[in-house]
Amino acid sequence: MVWETILPSPSPSKSLLYVMAKENLIFVSGKEWLHAISSLDGMIAWSKYFHLESLQIQQNDQHSERNIIYAAGFSGLSEVELYELSGKTGEVLKKRITSYSGIFFQGTLLVHNDVLVTLDSTRSKIVLVNFQGEVASFHQTYVSDLVHDFSGEASFLSSKFADMFVLKLDSCKALVKVKSGRTVSLIERMEHPDSVSDAILLPEGKKAFAIVQNKETGIHITVTMDGELINEVLRERIELDDNRGRVQKVFINSYIRTDRSYGFRSLLVMEDHSLLLVQQGEIVWNREDGLASIIDSLASELPVEKGATVAKVEHNLFEWLQGHLLKLKGTLMIASPDDIAAIQVMRLKNSEKNKMTRDHNGFRKLLIVLTKAGKVLALHTGDGRVVWSVLVSSLHGTKTCQNPTWLNIYQWQVPHHHALDENPSVLVVGRCGQSLDSPGILSIFDSYTGKELSSSHVSHSIAQVMPLPLTDSKEQHLHVILDSNNNAYLYPRTRDALKLFHHELSNVFWYSIDSTEGIIRGHSLNHNCIHNEADEYCFGTRTLWSIVFPSDSEKIIATTTRKLNEVVHTQAKVVDQDVIYKYISNNALFIATASPEAVGEIGTAIPEEARLVVYLIDAVTGRVMHRLIHHGSQGPIHAIFSENWVVYHYFNLRAHRYEMSVMEIYDQSRVDNKDVLKLVLGKHNLTSPISAYSSPEVLVKSQSYFFTHSVKVMAVTSTAKGITSKHLLIGTIGDQMLALDKRFLDPRRTPTPSPAEKEEGMIPLTDSLPIIPQSYATHSLQVEGLRNIITVPAKLESTTLVFGYGIDLFFTRIAPSRTYDSLTEDFNYALLLITIVALIAAIIVTWVLTEQKDLRDKWR
Amino acid sequence: MEKGKGLARRWAVEFVDTMGSSSSLSSTSGISDPLGFSRSSQDQDDANGGRQKKDAEVAWKAQKAWEVAQAPFKNLLMMGFMMWMAGSTVHLFSIGITFSALWQPLSALQSVGKIFEPYKDSKVDTMAPKLLFIALNMAAMGLGVWKLNTLGLLPTHASDWVSSLPPAREIEYAGGGFPFV
Repeated sequence: MVWETILPSPSPSKSLLYVMAKENLIFVSGKEWLHAISSLDGMIAWSKYFHLESLQIQQNDQHSERNIIYAAGFSGLSEVELYELSGKTGEVLKKRITSYSGIFFQGTLLVHNDVLVTLDSTRSKIVLVNFQGEVASFHQTYVSDLVHDFSGEASFLSSKFADMFVLKLDSCKALVKVKSGRTVSLIERMEHPDSVSDAILLPEGKKAFAIVQNKETGIHITVTMDGELINEVLRERIELDDNRGRVQKVFINSYIRTDRSYGFRSLLVMEDHSLLLVQQGEIVWNREDGLASIIDSLASELPVEKGATVAKVEHNLFEWLQGHLLKLKGTLMIASPDDIAAIQVMRLKNSEKNKMTRDHNGFRKLLIVLTKAGKVLALHTGDGRVVWSVLVSSLHGTKTCQNPTWLNIYQWQVPHHHALDENPSVLVVGRCGQSLDSPGILSIFDSYTGKELSSSHVSHSIAQVMPLPLTDSKEQHLHVILDSNNNAYLYPRTRDALKLFHHELSNVFWYSIDSTEGIIRGHSLNHNCIHNEADEYCFGTRTLWSIVFPSDSEKIIATTTRKLNEVVHTQAKVVDQDVIYKYISNNALFIATASPEAVGEIGTAIPEEARLVVYLIDAVTGRVMHRLIHHGSQGPIHAIFSENWVVYHYFNLRAHRYEMSVMEIYDQSRVDNKDVLKLVLGKHNLTSPISAYSSPEVLVKSQSYFFTHSVKVMAVTSTAKGITSKHLLIGTIGDQMLALDKRFLDPRRTPTPSPAEKEEGMIPLTDSLPIIPQSYATHSLQVEGLRNIITVPAKLESTTLVFGYGIDLFFTRIAPSRTYDSLTEDFNYALLLITIVALIAAIIVTWVLTEQKDLRDKWR
Repeated sequence: MEKGKGLARRWAVEFVDTMGSSSSLSSTSGISDPLGFSRSSQDQDDANGGRQKKDAEVAWKAQKAWEVAQAPFKNLLMMGFMMWMAGSTVHLFSIGITFSALWQPLSALQSVGKIFEPYKDSKVDTMAPKLLFIALNMAAMGLGVWKLNTLGLLPTHASDWVSSLPPAREIEYAGGGFPFV
């Protein structure tokens, strides 16, 4: 990045920017502000404040000598002002003001040099304000004169057209041209999803623009030149699969063909946010830019290798031997340049990594991601290629459900023991429209092929999805979906699932967090569904408990729980040959609140009024297990909960540094299980199921450390059996991923550890956590705009797969305690094999020789 | 140690065997004595001398049996010294010594009958030496076990028994969080 500038104006700026090439200036208009920024170093050259509604700016034609910026806006209900500004200095050259007999619609205004285009308050009349003469003149045109079936209200689509504009109507869009500042005429009528590009300037002063139409037969691109006459110069048709949806935006660019005529390239922005470059009716390249806005992701196993045929095996064996021979040559330094090239090609191809089947170590997986545009993509972990992709929105965009939004993605079916002939599948949850009450959509996709297995538009809304730790006989995960009226619905809707759920009904609880009111409520589920008595899969909820945080002193800023699928190997922790028991509960909830003064950005609160309070709450009973206050500290808090510990990151205002704290929770009610004889004989209750209502006493140990970086996101490694020690993965502000050993965050650390503690591997206490440059999981790479990190256990216990996403995607695998259970990838198996073969041969030869010698001796 | 025992046994066995075989040979086989050889006078002398010799042999056997029984004691002292040298951290040397300290008494106990066989006699009481031998070997084994414990390889702590226990299952399940916005 060369530079980044934050504008001082409080309101967000418009997305359209104007660039003045001669002065190297970029113009940004906000609500009432106009800023000119140097494109060389990002310095603000000048800023100007206008006391105007809906400020619009326009640059004059680029090839004229004067660098003039036009700025216009409404200064009253029927008054409009136009400023001519010097682009270089921001000095006002001319100011024009006029008032109209009617009332303007204050929302939209377009500027074309000294002609303003606007709508009157009924939004059915286009008003041209012409400042060309001494006295401003008004010209009015009814929209119904242009588009005959017009009804309702018109609006402008913002664009950088010179003397044309796009009128957005209820039924269609209309491309309209202003002629000599007085009259308007319709150029093209378009259907709704169609779009128009901005005009580009050709050297002869002509302008060109493109219209893209989505039709049954494909995408039609029409480029039109607009000079003295309007004439069509290019008409192209491209065919696309359904997975990209419709064209949303188009940009064009011109080049000169060999016959000196103009050719045009068009860049299409599709509904799934992918980019296509089209030239001469061909897609030159495409990019899945929708991957920059991933909502959520999960990992799926690849299919098991089906019985390979004999011929294939032989072929593979031969190749395998050849490959290893080449490798051996390489290691023994006797490879010819050709061989080295062959080795390189083999390494590049390295088909092992990119195979579409499950591997022994569980390194190859599919990452299934849901993007904001409503597209589900499966990425291969080997090289990040897209294995399949489905635009869910296009499958569900019907008349009744026009703008579906997609909320999250869940594991639906993971065949493990039963139903092995079925493919795993994922559940995508969405809703029709933006509001919390809009009806939901559930869609299930096959993880291997991306085929939609089933989908349903449900009548209830979707406020929360609660995956249960239960699976039915087909290994479908049970999900409870809560609607905005606190009714619970069970999915999948099968008898089997219902039976299972009825059995567990009294043990399933649900909590909701209301951060605006500062209330956490715990609910139980019961049979009577208020709205829908007949629906067996609908359940009512009843509030059991609630925790109310006083709104004048505490505001909820962060919560976290353990991951549902986290595996913990042991419940005991050995301390000097003594044993303490971890408090491991899926129902523990970590909540952090801040004083209202300290909710804002760092530096807005003084240490005396800022404080953080962290709570550990049992989500079944609502019991507050632990409460801790950090005075003089403020958020943002990033917290991670794993096994029996929570690590959180916040800012200490007194020390002016970031801090990280660790809380380890131990179960005091099990401490008495110390009799070895009883343990040997199995006379203990350590493995019997425990209930939250037994209210076990907990002991919380905590410690805090300074930490240099500010943090964007935190995650923790997870392994298949939970034996390997853990690393925290910290997404730093520099968009890197730092792996920090959990041993640094151990509340038992002391400045002078005893020999026994040293032997255990305890690190002496220091006031700050060290940042070891070698422990960046991203090495020198940056994951631009890092938003989240997910960790997936590999089948190999030592290894965790790490997927970080933001604008960029990053995947790696890390081994927190080194790869103690596997040989390195470049281990020379061939050499080992050859050594073994040679040794066996030597044994046979010497055995034969001794036999012969013995025989000879006996004959002698 | 082993070598000494073996030598003692071979020597004793040969002595007994030759005595037995010569007498048996002369009595059972029908081969006549060489000319001018009178057996009767010599037999009488031999009988007297033989009794004396037998007594001496019994005494010698008993003494030897006691010696053999006490042999592990020296072994014990040496083992103790080596264990002290090995230290209490787990590494190759200390593990080797500990396991040899456990193995030697075990193998000695297994072959306790064989060891005392040469001294077996109707008049020699090998019971007491055997018991001493067993006791000393037991002590050596105890030493080995003690060493194993100091190395921390014996499951004598609660932590050794609970660390493999998986976390207890929870009866209730609670889920939830923020609603989707």
